[in-house]
Amino acid sequence: MYEVRFHGRGGQGAVTAAAMLAAALLEEGKYAVSIPAFGFERRGAPVVSFLRCSDRPIRQLTNIYTPDCLICVDPTLTRSVDIFAGLKPGGTLVQASNRPIDEVVLSEAVSKVGLCDAISIALEIFKKPITNTLMLGAFAKTTGIVSLAALKRSLEDSDFRDAGLRQNLAALERGYEETVVYSIPQRAVA
Amino acid sequence: MSTATLDKPAARKQKVMLVEGNEAAALGVALARPDMVAVYPITPQSSLVEHVAKLIADGKMDADIVDAEGEHSVLSVLQGGALAGARTYTATCGPGLAFMFEPYFRTSGMRLPIVMSIVTRDGITPQSVWGGHQDAMTVREVGWVQVYCETVQEVLDTTIMAFKIAEHHDVMLPVNVCLDGNYLSYGTSRVELPNQEDVDAFMGAKDVNWHVALDPLRPMAVDPLTGGSGGKGPSTFVRYRKGQCKGMQNSLRVITEVHEEWARCFGRSYAPLVEDYRMEDADYAIMTLGSMSGAGKDAIDEARDAGKKVGLIKIKTFSPFPVEALIKSLQKVRALGVVDRSVGFRWNCGPMYQETLGALYRLGRHIPAQSFIGGLAGADITVGHFHRVINETEALLSGPASTEPVWLNEKD
Repeated sequence: MYEVRFHGRGGQGAVTAAAMLAAALLEEGKYAVSIPAFGFERRGAPVVSFLRCSDRPIRQLTNIYTPDCLICVDPTLTRSVDIFAGLKPGGTLVQASNRPIDEVVLSEAVSKVGLCDAISIALEIFKKPITNTLMLGAFAKTTGIVSLAALKRSLEDSDFRDAGLRQNLAALERGYEETVVYSIPQRAVA
Repeated sequence: MSTATLDKPAARKQKVMLVEGNEAAALGVALARPDMVAVYPITPQSSLVEHVAKLIADGKMDADIVDAEGEHSVLSVLQGGALAGARTYTATCGPGLAFMFEPYFRTSGMRLPIVMSIVTRDGITPQSVWGGHQDAMTVREVGWVQVYCETVQEVLDTTIMAFKIAEHHDVMLPVNVCLDGNYLSYGTSRVELPNQEDVDAFMGAKDVNWHVALDPLRPMAVDPLTGGSGGKGPSTFVRYRKGQCKGMQNSLRVITEVHEEWARCFGRSYAPLVEDYRMEDADYAIMTLGSMSGAGKDAIDEARDAGKKVGLIKIKTFSPFPVEALIKSLQKVRALGVVDRSVGFRWNCGPMYQETLGALYRLGRHIPAQSFIGGLAGADITVGHFHRVINETEALLSGPASTEPVWLNEKD
């Protein structure tokens, strides 16, 4: 079982991203379940969604408390939310940020980081800071859990209009290409 | 769960899709080909009726849709439709169900086989828009058949089966398909979509209003004034009530038969009334209802790996309460922990726990049993919570049960 928690703000598409990733994993013959966390969703407010994937059918329909990977589609969230709560030791962070790696907020559990300047790219492609498909590309590059090809097919099967589909496919590819992956040395356990 | 025991393989390959529970329900409704749906949106049911409206707008579903001004009108409109011979459907929850209560009560008395999803939501107040079984539990004594689903696939399949159960001549009662608000309504997973031709063959010829009809060519009085203490009032009223009770009891057999037929046609079998999970040699058991059951089964597997002789009993059909089927499951266990997602205010316990005590009396066994209440108002019931349920139920083998419920999310 591999567990992912998405962090974003209302309107950035974190919930949609979890569902699109589930569809791509399904494409690859895996089992996947996504669940949004529930709140009074408002544009700009912190939101969370969850995704589980496995080679076997997934039975538990619950939130995720100890994720293997965090996908944070907003660069400012770490100021207001402890996105690292429960992250498994040796976990992965896929972060939208234009900061150099040594200025990115991390926790001790993080051993791998994928950094993508998703806001800048999104403003070029969409003229809006919508980063979710970009960050799916970043996730694929960072973890290899899903292939870029499966993500593309998942997008093509979604309800995008033509122009929207082209933009999102471009965002996916650029998210993949322009993500830089860092290994974080783990502190020795005392 | 879908442990396929196929007599004959499904006639056609089924399309694989990724959908949320609410969309799965809508797809099931479309495949069952209702003539009329009436809707009023309410969280967490809204996306279900939006999906239904879209299927109709896109021409993928041939039904009249009435966007009524409130839930009372929704069900009243459907009563008219059903009396005119239509196959009818709606969905609601929580406050919408409360507003619907007057026609809701009348539906079973008039023996109208309306199918309605309850996308279960906790009761207000305190103010909350999240899942919980309180709404469906509150109306469990009104003569509707109520079944609870565990998975997104089961929502799709059961929604179709519900029409066949409701319209069966030995039943002729309305059916609620209950799917947990939030976790199941918005939970997105893989489903196999049955082929329309295969569903048509499964459903057979439509025969909805053979017993009572608004038909100018054969006028009849529907729902006449009866009761009171004189003339034929008392006996007539009793005849109606006994008929409803008989229909409810008959539904236990029909639900079982329809599930068996579903498994033969589509290769997916579900325990129709009560599911035994790893119960073969269980000394004690926990009981679950609805979407919590998946995490419960995962916890049981881990407990079994740790050498504990524990099993899980899942109720699918809650109304009518499947006493005989449950008695079979309860025959050997020596302690029981019952997990409810709602509150029974009168007995200070969960409603399913209370019903189960009645079944144990029928069985003639007095075993220690504990009520656990969790998952209220959108709270999570995790594998960890279930380990607590398992451990505290195991302790009952050698200690007394409390008369107080255990509130699983009290410290969350």
